[in-house]
Amino acid sequence: MPDGTIGTPVRRREDYRFLTGQGTYTDDINRPGQLYAYILRSPHASARINAINTSAAKTAPGVAAVFVGQDMAAEGIGGLPCGWLVNSKDGSPMKEPPHPVLAVERVRHVGDPVAVIIAESYQQAKDAAEKVAVDYAVEAAVVDPAAALQPGAPQVWGDQAPGNLCYDWALGDEAAVDAALRGAARVVKIDLVNNRLVPNAMEPRAAIGEFNRATGDYTLYTTSQNPHVIRLLMGAFVLHIPEARLRVVAPDVGGGFGSKIYHYAEEAIVTWASAKVRKPVKWTAERSESFMSDAHGRDHVTHAELGVDAQGKFVALKVVTIANMGAYLSTFATCVPTYLYGTLLAGTYTTPVIFCETKAAFTNTVPVDAYRGAGRPEATFLVERIVDVAADELGMDPAELRRRNFIPANAFPYQTPVALQYDSGDYQTTLQMALQAADYAGFEARRQQAAARGKYRGIGIATYIEACGIAPSAVVGSLGARAGLFESAEVRVHPTGSVTVLTGSHAHGQGHETTFAQLVADGLGVPIDQVEIVHGDTDKIAFGMGTYGSRSLAVGGTAIVKAMDKVIAKGKKIAAHILEASDADIEFKDGRFTVAGTDRSLGIGEIALTAYVPHNFPHEELEPGLDETAFYDPKNFTFPSGAHIAEIEIDPDTGRLEICNFTASDDFGRIINPMIVAGQVHGGLAQGIGQAVLEGCVYDKTTGQLLTGSYNDYAMPRADDLPNFSLSTHATLCTHNPLGVKGCGEAGAIGAPAAIANAIVDALKPLGLRHVEMPATPEKLWRAIRQHQSGAAAE
Amino acid sequence: MYEFQYHRATSLDDAASRLADEEAKLVAGGMTLIPTLKLRLAKPTELIDLAAIPSLKGITEEGDAVVIGAMTRHADVNRSDVVKRAIPALATLAGHIGDPAVRNRGTIGGSIANNDPAADYPAAVVGLNATVRTNKREIAADQFFTGLFETALQPGEIVTAVRFPKVAQANYQKFKNPASRYAIVGVFVARTPAGVRVAVSGAGACVFRVPAMETALAANFSPDAIKDIQIPQDGLNSDIHASAEYRAHLVNVMARRAVQACA
Repeated sequence: MPDGTIGTPVRRREDYRFLTGQGTYTDDINRPGQLYAYILRSPHASARINAINTSAAKTAPGVAAVFVGQDMAAEGIGGLPCGWLVNSKDGSPMKEPPHPVLAVERVRHVGDPVAVIIAESYQQAKDAAEKVAVDYAVEAAVVDPAAALQPGAPQVWGDQAPGNLCYDWALGDEAAVDAALRGAARVVKIDLVNNRLVPNAMEPRAAIGEFNRATGDYTLYTTSQNPHVIRLLMGAFVLHIPEARLRVVAPDVGGGFGSKIYHYAEEAIVTWASAKVRKPVKWTAERSESFMSDAHGRDHVTHAELGVDAQGKFVALKVVTIANMGAYLSTFATCVPTYLYGTLLAGTYTTPVIFCETKAAFTNTVPVDAYRGAGRPEATFLVERIVDVAADELGMDPAELRRRNFIPANAFPYQTPVALQYDSGDYQTTLQMALQAADYAGFEARRQQAAARGKYRGIGIATYIEACGIAPSAVVGSLGARAGLFESAEVRVHPTGSVTVLTGSHAHGQGHETTFAQLVADGLGVPIDQVEIVHGDTDKIAFGMGTYGSRSLAVGGTAIVKAMDKVIAKGKKIAAHILEASDADIEFKDGRFTVAGTDRSLGIGEIALTAYVPHNFPHEELEPGLDETAFYDPKNFTFPSGAHIAEIEIDPDTGRLEICNFTASDDFGRIINPMIVAGQVHGGLAQGIGQAVLEGCVYDKTTGQLLTGSYNDYAMPRADDLPNFSLSTHATLCTHNPLGVKGCGEAGAIGAPAAIANAIVDALKPLGLRHVEMPATPEKLWRAIRQHQSGAAAE
Repeated sequence: MYEFQYHRATSLDDAASRLADEEAKLVAGGMTLIPTLKLRLAKPTELIDLAAIPSLKGITEEGDAVVIGAMTRHADVNRSDVVKRAIPALATLAGHIGDPAVRNRGTIGGSIANNDPAADYPAAVVGLNATVRTNKREIAADQFFTGLFETALQPGEIVTAVRFPKVAQANYQKFKNPASRYAIVGVFVARTPAGVRVAVSGAGACVFRVPAMETALAANFSPDAIKDIQIPQDGLNSDIHASAEYRAHLVNVMARRAVQACA
């Protein structure tokens, strides 16, 4: 039997090079004659640029060139494009102001690129940058999305987006929802904020542009989750370079979490500048630059109302959300708070009518875009918080209220009122598993024990649904996507039977080199060490849409399976020819082609050799070679789901919170490598818990300065902030991909925030606390306790 | 960082003579200075490295005191049998500064000379009524820390050691900033030969004592004795992590916990 088969915890093959420091990241690449770029960034959130004087910088030691926005504009360089057109509810298209690569006339957030200085060393470029004199006229800034929509707010785009409104989008039947709410026995209301986050990939972004004078070709090495998408966006929309003349390489990439999906200014700057200075140009972000230039995540302000009938059944949900876009529209910013958010508001429940309105606001902040979960954590946080508030108001056990409203396991496929059709799921079972693993029944005793120690202890449940592997292309196209959402794979069987797979997915920590190799070892019956996975280079891989939205296995993995199917089909024909049998009589199993019912068979290695040394070969019917490509466009999203339970204790003296237990029972469909899945869940939970209790991006409301611009002030979760996780899985198979897989990369970040917040509110429920904003810092909890204690004493 | 000269001092006199250049800077462990240079927030002409001066390193007992050389790393203080036996609270404090990388580079002399308002060592130096030795004189703890990143050190003066009286009953309680892990509030309580001392780091611009608590604890060394003593919020630090009001409250909580842990 092959040693790498589906369902086994094969060790990550890529980890040897990562853990021994032998990975090749963009910053590890150095090209002959390379120069270094330093990007001068705006220190102001909002200012007019009166003048830029670069003459002193241009003559500084080692400097090759200094460029400003006007230099690029003069050459007809385009702005960075937005990849998704969202229309307002009145049918008008979103306001789509330009996104110049280097700022022209105005800067709109702290960190907005103003000039690039290119020199023989990075230090020289940085020294010279201090000699660039920019005359700014500082103007008033607005950073909060709700404040931005208020009359009289500073205008980020003036007439190009009046009132700072990008779009006012809606989904669902508002009249039906209003009627249902009027008829509901109880209407539960909540106002909440989904806190803004900074992605913080371990590897800061970097890019090297290289122009080849001899051929006229360009190469861009970049920290990207999707090099083909960057080639398309930068080539077609910004620099006007035909694909055939532009190679984009995304080598080893140290984490992305969404922030490396987008086409960034620095990629265009180094590529364009490399032709101007006729030398390769390298840029590597410092961590402080990452904070002010990587697209941020979340940042919603929401009011919601849930109608409940006398039996505790949800009858309607109405949601009004204001979403922060930042100063410019990042590549997929516009779809996150709409098609990845409003469509998820049914959650795991049978709520029959739902209405969602999302107003997107421009502010003087770094652009906001998809970050691990992207819309779905925001939807889940809202739904799961309001369900808990409803349980409290109804005096009902939160687990029981959820059970009463779950979509039953026998109701799939299930059409929600917000466009999605769920294909499979079993929410009762994952909840039951989590309740048992967390000893939910025994919680009250633990609460009492904690009270005896002077601590408030709480337990919180979140059940979630997510939509992964965003698809199909035709549907997303009708909703405004300016891209297809398929994936490609090439399975190249070599003459002696080893296999190279070229995938359009991109790994930046996920372990594709192992998981995909397991698929191939299993599918073609070859030893896993004879399978090589290649990704991240537009010159090697036919095409690719890359990795985000937990799509790699469901979409990219399926493309590999489809390509393997073609290999096997061709192999059967070759085997039939050699074995003098009919194609239909050839069976393929464990790497051997066998004439059914006989012991006559050939191994895949023998078939491959025949394909490449085609002496005895059906030339009339087949071409030589054993190399097949498939493009796979899914029929639907996949719908992972699950139940997370957090148990926490709060020290009333300090407000300090301890997470005592965290339980996750997830349905990811079929699991290829359980160890990699557990790792993905661990990482997702760390980020979800980070959002709930630690991470919060803070801007000064008056000046627009980024107050959390370093790890001194932006609290990243660390190992000692986290408990040991109790994980389990229960699979219902995805019905529309051949592997039955759903995706696991984002689940932790989606379920954890609501579970933690619900646990905190549960802990402080005896004091009358109804809601807590994230991150639930010690001072916030201390104040909540003190305020409610004094309130209780006064009553 | 900007360009600078690097000089590895061979003796205290060598280092002190180099400080005639007022733009030169001493570097001990570099745990504050190097990040400051990387952010281009300082532009020294020369870095004078103290790491190669043997007399600045090491931990010795001198009668009823423990003397810790200025260039002694936090990790060495944490692991020292002498410190663990004579002043266990000090060894524990050193083991909770920063992270392992910081503890293996950072030094006691560097920490107190920098006098970061959220650093841990100043609370121990004041709380234990230690004496700071320099190449010129001895300075009592109460006179050493003078303000935000300010000390009594004169130009050309170099910390050589800190002399701590042996105090068995002492404890340091730190409430950490969730991001930086520096002290939002750190309270050092000690029953020294000269009386009870309560020193607070993190809450203000500079380490300070709480006389009202010291008096109350001298009469009755128990958490209850100070439970109603709230320090005024005026002048306390206030930032996105903790308001002055919260810090004032935490001083009381941490002080009570330190007393409890001493008892």
